[in-house]
Amino acid sequence: MSALHYCAECADKYLKSDSDDEPVAEEVGTAITKHLKIDQTADELHRLDQKVCPVCGITFYEFRQSGRLGCPNDYEYFQEELNPLIMSIHGETNHVGRRPARGDDGMLMQQIEVIRLRKEMTEAVEREDYELASRIRDQIKQLEEELQ
Amino acid sequence: MKPTDFADELGEWLRGDGPESDIVMSSRIRLARNLGDFPFIKKCNDVHKASIESTVCEKVTSHSDLADTVFVKVNDLEELERQFLVERQLISREHSESSGARSVAIDKQEVFSLMINEEDHLRIQVMKSGLDLEKAWERVETIDNALEENIRFAFDSQLGYLTACPTNVGTGMRVSVMLHLPALVMTRQIEKVFRSLEKVNLAVRGLYGEGSQAMGEFYQISNQITLGKSETDLINDVSEIVPVIIGYERKAREYLINESQDDLHDKVSRAIGTLQNAHQISSEETMQLLSKVRLGVNLDLIHDVQLSTVNKLFLRTQPAHLQVLAGKKLSTTDRNVERANYLRRHLNSSQGKSDSGEDLFV
Repeated sequence: MSALHYCAECADKYLKSDSDDEPVAEEVGTAITKHLKIDQTADELHRLDQKVCPVCGITFYEFRQSGRLGCPNDYEYFQEELNPLIMSIHGETNHVGRRPARGDDGMLMQQIEVIRLRKEMTEAVEREDYELASRIRDQIKQLEEELQ
Repeated sequence: MKPTDFADELGEWLRGDGPESDIVMSSRIRLARNLGDFPFIKKCNDVHKASIESTVCEKVTSHSDLADTVFVKVNDLEELERQFLVERQLISREHSESSGARSVAIDKQEVFSLMINEEDHLRIQVMKSGLDLEKAWERVETIDNALEENIRFAFDSQLGYLTACPTNVGTGMRVSVMLHLPALVMTRQIEKVFRSLEKVNLAVRGLYGEGSQAMGEFYQISNQITLGKSETDLINDVSEIVPVIIGYERKAREYLINESQDDLHDKVSRAIGTLQNAHQISSEETMQLLSKVRLGVNLDLIHDVQLSTVNKLFLRTQPAHLQVLAGKKLSTTDRNVERANYLRRHLNSSQGKSDSGEDLFV
């Protein structure tokens, strides 16, 4: 039997969670903050909070507040901060369960590129640069076809 | 088809059969999955959400294994209809209350439900009556395989399936078993059981997650971790502990029968007496009393009520169900009166009183 890696207080929160079948996001947020405070000064934490994922635009602060990530790239981009958290939640950092039958390993980079392009397209539309937006849309279509 | 068309049915988890069904209400397994080429929900705009919804809808309806599915656009529903689906555990509270394009696909037997644009793009859920995780997993696996033929999920070779919240990463799987543990509550041993579950990485929550005791001594036990163990091992962790708890509950029931049968019989009889005679009653009190009645039926202290009737009343006396069955919106006070009427009619019918038209509100 592996041990529980949460302190009594966090474990208690887990038990009393009022979500359907999992801890509510704010509690994850609290756990993250607690975790970070141990070896981060206020300055360091402030700097960390400003860190922005270039693909989805989420800041570390936003994640810390909501407990929710913005895109698959965050796992890579915030790796240094997330790994200790994942370790403390699961006691492990390696998946050993099911894998996609089609062998999706290696697809992730291309998928993340599509997400990045989607964001660029949205921004182009907001700037009313429709020519660029439609070029990006074609690019997305092409990548999507390669992915299928 | 409207979601409230399910009202006449009981749904899988209240069927009241399956292994150990005197103590185990239902077994549930859910998987969290995300489309790899879209941001997670938090960073999805309306266009993203709508295209995730239509992509998944198309893949589901075109797959032969998933053909018998009703698609419901949650965003187009009235609040009452959404609450109705929450009470049936077909969608989560979060799914009901969030905004933007979101749907649920439900099979006609209400065994499987697929939430689209919940916390993750996809939440695949399978429920079985009684203790039957093995069958639930078989079904989940079939559905996951069917979806994966056409959808490329966000998957990392080291971390596994990537989810919006790191608490679900890896397998994305939550296994939960809903137990009715009134004797452990009455003998004040329930806290001890919770503490021992905590030590083996299992979480305990109330029926819909709310203040648990108020919800009629129903508890959900589920895995806390999702990464570093295979799906089968995670299922085994729960499967191994549930019979132990069932054993404790049976022992506590035996103890109550042997050591304080008068007390127990009194509690159970007062519960059914109140339900058969009240003229207004809240949903919380109903749950608590039905829980006692359920125990009484299982211990042969009550003879003229069926377990399936108790299960039916659990569901149909909840606020949204009561209003859907009544065919109109009701205030809290009116609901308490309507609920008492409904209970009187259904619990007195076996003695030959007013039993005309099962579901009619006269």
